[in-house]
Amino acid sequence: MAEPRVALDIEIPSDVSYIDGVVELAAKRCHELHIPPSKCTLNVRVALAEALSNAILRGNGATGKHVRVRAMVSDDALVFEIVDEGPGFDIDAAHQDPTTAENIQREDGRGLFLMHRLMDRVERFRADGNVVRLTLIRE
Amino acid sequence: MSFAINKQDDIVVVDVEGQLIVGNRQELKQKVLDELEKGEKKFLIDFSQTGYIDSSGLGVLVSLSKKIREQGGELRLANLNDDLQTLFELTKLDTLFQISDTRERAIESF
Repeated sequence: MAEPRVALDIEIPSDVSYIDGVVELAAKRCHELHIPPSKCTLNVRVALAEALSNAILRGNGATGKHVRVRAMVSDDALVFEIVDEGPGFDIDAAHQDPTTAENIQREDGRGLFLMHRLMDRVERFRADGNVVRLTLIRE
Repeated sequence: MSFAINKQDDIVVVDVEGQLIVGNRQELKQKVLDELEKGEKKFLIDFSQTGYIDSSGLGVLVSLSKKIREQGGELRLANLNDDLQTLFELTKLDTLFQISDTRERAIESF
């Protein structure tokens, strides 16, 4: 089996205006890897946008910092790592079901839910910063 | 990424061109609230030119829906592509909004 190779490695200022550019670049790479189109246009774009938004607004929480995005591709999976400079937050503690009757009219609370629903695996750990790893299994 | 606002009879029609995400959701919210403040009651958001929506974009739609209803108005959505339809189904927001296949059907539904 071939070793995973880097499909993307960029660093952006911690500013939400950069999110769309990174997301579109990742979606383009995803299409180039012949991953099913809806996985690229929906799953990758929305899950990555959520992870970047969390990294910028909740992870870093201040300007002057940066967010790094790496994508690794193997025969089995496309893996994104989003690294911020913050102290990290408990991704599971923040997880709630926004589809219940009491939550559905809330404005917030759908970000982590969407990451979990759109990716096959969502992990958080510390390594040179606060890392959120999103794994999409290749079909 | 931009929002075009047009009036069709007494309906305010908003076209979301590009993405509806954390970076531009406030712009949409403010544009719709400005129209609401002017006394407009019927709102249609058309997603035929929309790429993707993130959780904050969905949140703004929920918030606007509530504010419009509080003022005795109605918000309807139209032209969700397959990806957006999946997104609304995953979050069950398809049960919260009245969604039409086409702009014309949405306008007729008011």
